[in-house]
Amino acid sequence: MTVRSIRHGDASDGGADAVGGRLSRVDGPAKITGAAKYAVEQQLEGLAHAVLVESTIASGKVRAIASKAAEAAPGVLKVLTPDTIISLRTASDWFGTPPPDKPYCPLARDITFSGQHVAAVVAETFEQAVAAAALVKVSYDETPAIVDLSDGKAGDGIPVDAMTKEWGDAQAAFASAPVRICAAYNTPREYQAPMEPHGLIARWEGDHLTVWEPSQWLDGMARTYAEWFGVPFENVRLVSPYIGGGFGSKALALGHGAVAACAAKMLGRPVRLVMTRPQTFTGYGGRAATRQTVTIGADHDGMIQSIVHRGVNETSIDGMWVEPLGSVTSIMYATPNFSSKQNVVRVNSVVPGAMRAPGENPSAFGIESAIDELSYEVGIDPLEIRLRNYAEQDPEAKKAWSTRQLREAFAAGAERFGWARRTPEPRSMRDGNQLIGWGVAAGTYPVRRAYGEAIVRILADGSVEVESSSIDMGQGTYTILAQTAAETVGVSADDVVVKLGDSRFPRAGVTGGSRLAGVMTGAVHKAATAALDQLVGLAISDPRSPFHALQANTLVVANGRITAPRGDGPDVSISELLESVGRDRIEAVGDTMPANSSAEDRYKNYTTIAMALPHTEGDYSRHSWCAHFVEVRVDEDFGTVRVSRVVSALDSGRLYNPKLAESQWKGGIIMGIGQALLEEGIMDRRHGRIVNNNLADYLVPTNADIPDIEVISVGIPDLHSSVLGGKGVGELAIVGMAPAIANAVFHATGKRVRDLPITLEKLI
Amino acid sequence: MRDFDYVRPATISEALVAAAEPGSAYLAGGTNLLDLMKGGVTSPERIVDITRLPELNRIETLDDGGLRIGALVRNADLAHDPAFAKAYPAVAEALLSGASAQLRNAATAGGNLLQRTRCSYFYDTASACNRREPGSGCSALGGENRLHAILGWSDACIATHPSDFCVPLVALDAVVEIEGKQGRRHVTLEEFHRLPGDTPQRETVLEPGELIVAIRLPAEAASFAAHARYLKMRERTSYAFAVVSAAAALTVRDGKIRAARLALGGVAAKPWRARAAEAVLLGADADEAAFVRAADAALADASPPGDNAFKIELARRIVVRTLMSALAGTPALMPALPASPFSSLPGVRHDA
Repeated sequence: MTVRSIRHGDASDGGADAVGGRLSRVDGPAKITGAAKYAVEQQLEGLAHAVLVESTIASGKVRAIASKAAEAAPGVLKVLTPDTIISLRTASDWFGTPPPDKPYCPLARDITFSGQHVAAVVAETFEQAVAAAALVKVSYDETPAIVDLSDGKAGDGIPVDAMTKEWGDAQAAFASAPVRICAAYNTPREYQAPMEPHGLIARWEGDHLTVWEPSQWLDGMARTYAEWFGVPFENVRLVSPYIGGGFGSKALALGHGAVAACAAKMLGRPVRLVMTRPQTFTGYGGRAATRQTVTIGADHDGMIQSIVHRGVNETSIDGMWVEPLGSVTSIMYATPNFSSKQNVVRVNSVVPGAMRAPGENPSAFGIESAIDELSYEVGIDPLEIRLRNYAEQDPEAKKAWSTRQLREAFAAGAERFGWARRTPEPRSMRDGNQLIGWGVAAGTYPVRRAYGEAIVRILADGSVEVESSSIDMGQGTYTILAQTAAETVGVSADDVVVKLGDSRFPRAGVTGGSRLAGVMTGAVHKAATAALDQLVGLAISDPRSPFHALQANTLVVANGRITAPRGDGPDVSISELLESVGRDRIEAVGDTMPANSSAEDRYKNYTTIAMALPHTEGDYSRHSWCAHFVEVRVDEDFGTVRVSRVVSALDSGRLYNPKLAESQWKGGIIMGIGQALLEEGIMDRRHGRIVNNNLADYLVPTNADIPDIEVISVGIPDLHSSVLGGKGVGELAIVGMAPAIANAVFHATGKRVRDLPITLEKLI
Repeated sequence: MRDFDYVRPATISEALVAAAEPGSAYLAGGTNLLDLMKGGVTSPERIVDITRLPELNRIETLDDGGLRIGALVRNADLAHDPAFAKAYPAVAEALLSGASAQLRNAATAGGNLLQRTRCSYFYDTASACNRREPGSGCSALGGENRLHAILGWSDACIATHPSDFCVPLVALDAVVEIEGKQGRRHVTLEEFHRLPGDTPQRETVLEPGELIVAIRLPAEAASFAAHARYLKMRERTSYAFAVVSAAAALTVRDGKIRAARLALGGVAAKPWRARAAEAVLLGADADEAAFVRAADAALADASPPGDNAFKIELARRIVVRTLMSALAGTPALMPALPASPFSSLPGVRHDA
């Protein structure tokens, strides 16, 4: 792949080690050589193995579970059923809402979806557990299931009033607009499909629980385990040194974790439970299927007068998931009249969950397809119509953008892509059997802000250690925190050791919503600054320090050495200084919480999302922005679409490490190509079962599907968004990719595909 | 996974004795069998590991000009054998369009013939499948069957055979060499796989305990080398089974088709030799009109058992395009994206 960066945002020119430098992933060698030990790879004495038994019906009741044969099978230690598993307490949700006072059982008697956990077998070996699990026979009283949104029994659903957004008189303005378009856009159920399946090892020592589990949120999951088992939060330790992909699916403690922890408690032995690949399609929720209707009223110049938006997403029978479908619709373009409403519809599914840019992703597919349709309706270039309707401030919050480099993104992307050479008519570009189409779409993601905490230690050998309970799921946390500490203290990044993924470390909130980098660079910067201040303070004031006689106000620390500002004094290494003052370490905890925060506030901040700061807090509206330019080639006979070129220009503010940010952007772009062309959970409509529940049949792009991708950074530091000026990176780039591709397919073929994915039978 | 016995014979005759026990299964590359065992789809009681039988691992030219491919020759080794790829370019292209590099390094020629269908209901032990459990029914009928058969299916089974390799092989009159207790026998690949009828569990003519030892290509198969292509429509560019595929081989003289071979993949429970289409082509002018007539003949008996009617039209178009590509001539170099329509444009260098 080609990488080309126009660096507006890199304030630092301190080389690869400094913030803004292109340091390679510090965890890379360990992962490539296999030395990185993932959570469930821990070798523990006496480890037992649990395997789940799942419902084969989508709706009904468990009549009976015949487990005698399994219990008698070789190596079996226990068969857990709703009748034999220990009782847990219901835990609070991720907002920290106090839970209802009722027991929680992770094994179901009442079946609300196919693939629900109904029993588990624990045995001495994994193979014995698998063999015995096949002997567990479950009988059911089956009732009709609501398979999906298109099921006749599904109905219109439940209005979610909190999603309603209205200003002006959208209906009236639409009715009187000279140009009107109205269309429905659907996205299917999609799955995170991380390479590392979900799983854990649970071990009890008295009333202390240790859980090794891939996690996007150690403190939040520790809270849930603590509440389930009625033990103090401090008694639960989560360990998650590396995560093999999460995409939103590893933020919460889930039913299988409860089963494993119960089994460990009941047996008095550590228990490992790892989901099979098919179970990763039902053990937790993927992206909810969505439907949107977007109507736009405009004048003949393409100026939008009104947007009326209606959305629906699926949720489960007894859970609630709202995929905010109006989130991009309400801010992308200036419109004097606007209305958005949303319903959720209950279907027999596991409760859907967070998947890369929940809300913004399907929302953008609606509005960014619709404005493309409008551009053809009024005969204005798709890029031009976006610029004409450019929102100079947040149309919903009526606040100034903190920064919005979207115009710059359009300009840089169009220039690099060669957009000006595009011929406007659909089907006007061709190469042999292949129709060629060029499409554009924009994307955005809000800046989610929270507070974080870290400890920074300067050690006797001059090295620096950083600890935080935040995590690295491949996005580069280890690396950017090393850069932050290195730059702040004044050492090389090689001399910084970052330790993450242990809930005993200073705390961090959820790694989700693209917030971690901004939160944790801020916390590490603060802790490192405090440690540096201590170091310099000692050097100046300790009588044993070689600088003591200098009576300086400050000293310079760079490259691990301490000198006077004018270079007219001693020049000693950090390690020499510490030795001379008789210290084996300096350490400082830094957090970004408001100064007088109570212990309760802190607990709430790190274990729930209730303290997260709204992106429109104060005077500004804070978002990342991007513009995708896509070329597709469509084989006219076969309807197969190949994305042949992508140029994306993105505004994530200041980049802490452009190399890693570009990698995340490209990952989002690739995932967007999969969403546009391949990904779809296929249901058997009779049984409510996912048919393609494996990575051979649930298609994600291969290398051969991915063309050259150019990413261009157009961000500028945004200090309203984070301490060091960055905005969100991880979710941004997937937003807008699917509509950019669908728009390019229309330009190539003249066919508007409004149902993802764009499979060949929709084009032939 | 259930416990099973594992034996590793040193000779073919030892293998035949070991596999004579009921419930035995031969293990070669294991790329399909082991997945099926882990998923509880098959539970053999005895695994007979034939990977240490060196005489099955050879590619030999025969005295009559034919070729003998040992059953244990790995897909990758065969496809990358320069002499093989030159003489049978469509077969090499088919091999390279299948699975992933890692799987091709493990999968064997004989095992490729015996790979099981990719029908999701065959893999889902909670579903009915006559192929997995005779008499249980067919969940694919009336279920999710967008990618299922359009030719030769029955009410008992609508699954397809997933092989790419078999498609050009059946077009080129390949023969399967089978060793059993009664000695060696030869069966044409066209007759080797069975259509489902009422007994979809009987997928081939192999009797219990019989072993594929080689696949033979007759001398004539190499005569098509200048005009032989394999084209595979799949939903992503690599590591996907065919929605529909086709192999075409032509001999063209003075603008007339002197010999024609055509087979389809992904359309039936066996690699589908399109003999009616070949009859249309023989002696016809080598042009698109003839190819369209051939495509109509190839799909004349096709019918959709469910939501897969689009595959019939798709198959017609693939037949035409594959014949056009074969007519244009085998490219000098293997396409960078083997068998993909995105690398089969006339006039485009295939290593570009």
